[in-house]
Amino acid sequence: MVSKAQLLQFIVSGIMVGSIYAIIAIGFNMIFNATEVINFAQGEFVMLGGMTTAALYQIFHLPLWLSCVLSILLVTLLGIVFERLAIHPMRHFSVLNAIIITIGASTIMRGGTMITLGRDNMSFPPYTGSGDKPFMILGSSIPQQGVWIILVTLLLVFGLSLFYKRSIQGIAMRSTACNKTAAELMGVNAKWVVTLSFAMSAASGAIAGALVTPITLTAYNVGLILGLKGFCAAILGGFGNFWGAICGGVLLGLLESLGAGLISSGYKDAIAFLVLLIVLFLRPTGLFGTVKIREE
Amino acid sequence: MSEKDSVQKKIKNRNLGFATFFGIMMLWPILYPNPYYLNVMVFTGINTLVATGLNLLFGYAGQISMGHATFLGIGAYCSAFLTVKLGWNPWLGLLIGILVTTLFSFLIGLPSLKLRGYYLAMATLAFGIIMETFFIELKSITGGPDGIGGIPALSLFGFKFHTDLRYYYLVWVIVAFLSLLVINLVNSKAGRGMRALHESELAAEVLGINTFRYKLMIFIFSAIYASIGGSLFAHYITHITPDSFSVMHSILIVVMVVIGGMGKIWGPLLGAGIMTVLPEALRAFEVYHEIAYGLILVLIMMYFTDGIAGALSFIFKKISLSVKS
Repeated sequence: MVSKAQLLQFIVSGIMVGSIYAIIAIGFNMIFNATEVINFAQGEFVMLGGMTTAALYQIFHLPLWLSCVLSILLVTLLGIVFERLAIHPMRHFSVLNAIIITIGASTIMRGGTMITLGRDNMSFPPYTGSGDKPFMILGSSIPQQGVWIILVTLLLVFGLSLFYKRSIQGIAMRSTACNKTAAELMGVNAKWVVTLSFAMSAASGAIAGALVTPITLTAYNVGLILGLKGFCAAILGGFGNFWGAICGGVLLGLLESLGAGLISSGYKDAIAFLVLLIVLFLRPTGLFGTVKIREE
Repeated sequence: MSEKDSVQKKIKNRNLGFATFFGIMMLWPILYPNPYYLNVMVFTGINTLVATGLNLLFGYAGQISMGHATFLGIGAYCSAFLTVKLGWNPWLGLLIGILVTTLFSFLIGLPSLKLRGYYLAMATLAFGIIMETFFIELKSITGGPDGIGGIPALSLFGFKFHTDLRYYYLVWVIVAFLSLLVINLVNSKAGRGMRALHESELAAEVLGINTFRYKLMIFIFSAIYASIGGSLFAHYITHITPDSFSVMHSILIVVMVVIGGMGKIWGPLLGAGIMTVLPEALRAFEVYHEIAYGLILVLIMMYFTDGIAGALSFIFKKISLSVKS
């Protein structure tokens, strides 16, 4: 039998992991809304965020906060370079070709990381010191890094929703997502929106990586599975929907954690994805999806 | 020249092209019997088969599946389990693999094919991940992460296909036969219905095409191709593990179809050829092979909108125009 404390523990770790999925899902949505492309390199941004932070901290002995900030900036730059070099100059833009390009790019990022930083797992200490004592609430323990994850996620979500609502760039992004032609006619530079969305998406991926690495460790090959989980979260919430991505992410995290804790750890992915399938069969456009997909 | 004549001429040209190509494939091992190249070509053949099936579904009917490696896996595990653990005839194993695949693809296709676009992609992907978990966890049937070894060779009337050369012929004869089947299907009434579906599902429905039934039939059909590929794969490498049927491989099959050229007859062959030969050819780059591989993928997609088949047919047209003038 599972005690109440254990159940609470599963829920807490579910929300922790789910927050990471939510951030990755938001990154997917940014690029999807600007280009209708699913970016298979999204998970690599997360991997790179963790790996570069660890490298800067361990190899160059920079302070941890500086390593995080620099790593996020570097990955953002990489996102911009990737868009400018591979997506922008495509001869005829095609969503499908762009998706395969992101698969190719993810292979390059994975290979490049393996050559420069090696095959071993890397990590760095939690933000508030390596000897941190977990908080004990109702008999379940919450690691301090877990609190950081949830806090930064909330901050990011709050900041982004302000950005989308208030700033001119945010409004330009939303209008492009809604109707690209109309947005361009109103003076929105759609090409710039695409670059901006790649930059923001890379940045949010890197933030996720810099947050989660002290708990889960990272390695050159973790990108694919993290990316798939984020994609799953985005679809679960309804692709392109901001709040849907957050709910989808947390829900996926909870499903995994409860599935692993209550049923079987070997089948935890199968359980989470089975629930996803059931949700899709009952609601073909995800939990918060609109019916936009009917138009072709 | 009437339109009917021009279509017939086109089909004639295409058949001629296929006859030439497979003729060369049949002669090649005689002229150049290098076991390593034969080995790579066997895998190319198997991948061509799987990509041909997916091209029908994705390229012609416009429905994506990101879980096709699962059907490959079902075929392979049926063959492996029935021949190794129960000692059945390998051909019977292949047949049971097809039946089990039909059942699974029907059950997953029925609810999934009502979804569209990325939602369909996610549903098939989820199915792939669930099945991958079963391949790893159902140890009594699949042997877990270690897989199943000692799979016997296929044989026909006492003739064993246990060398690279013999398997090469077996695989490419099957590929030739099943490719011709797809070409004839594409040019049939069902094929036209399928292409109408790709252009606009609504318009196809208005024209009286039962789009859902078509989608489901093609989904099952393409899954069977993958299953046959899986059985052939199992009997060739004699030891299978879950890695070969992972999500990664499902994505690779989609990449083959797109790189080769979506909805192009030659697409699967070119795509499977490049994606199978390329990793072998890039071994010289040692640690840099992944980067080189990714770079080539990116460049092909940046400059060849319709894949390699599209680029080649463009070049052919240019040449034939300049010859005429």
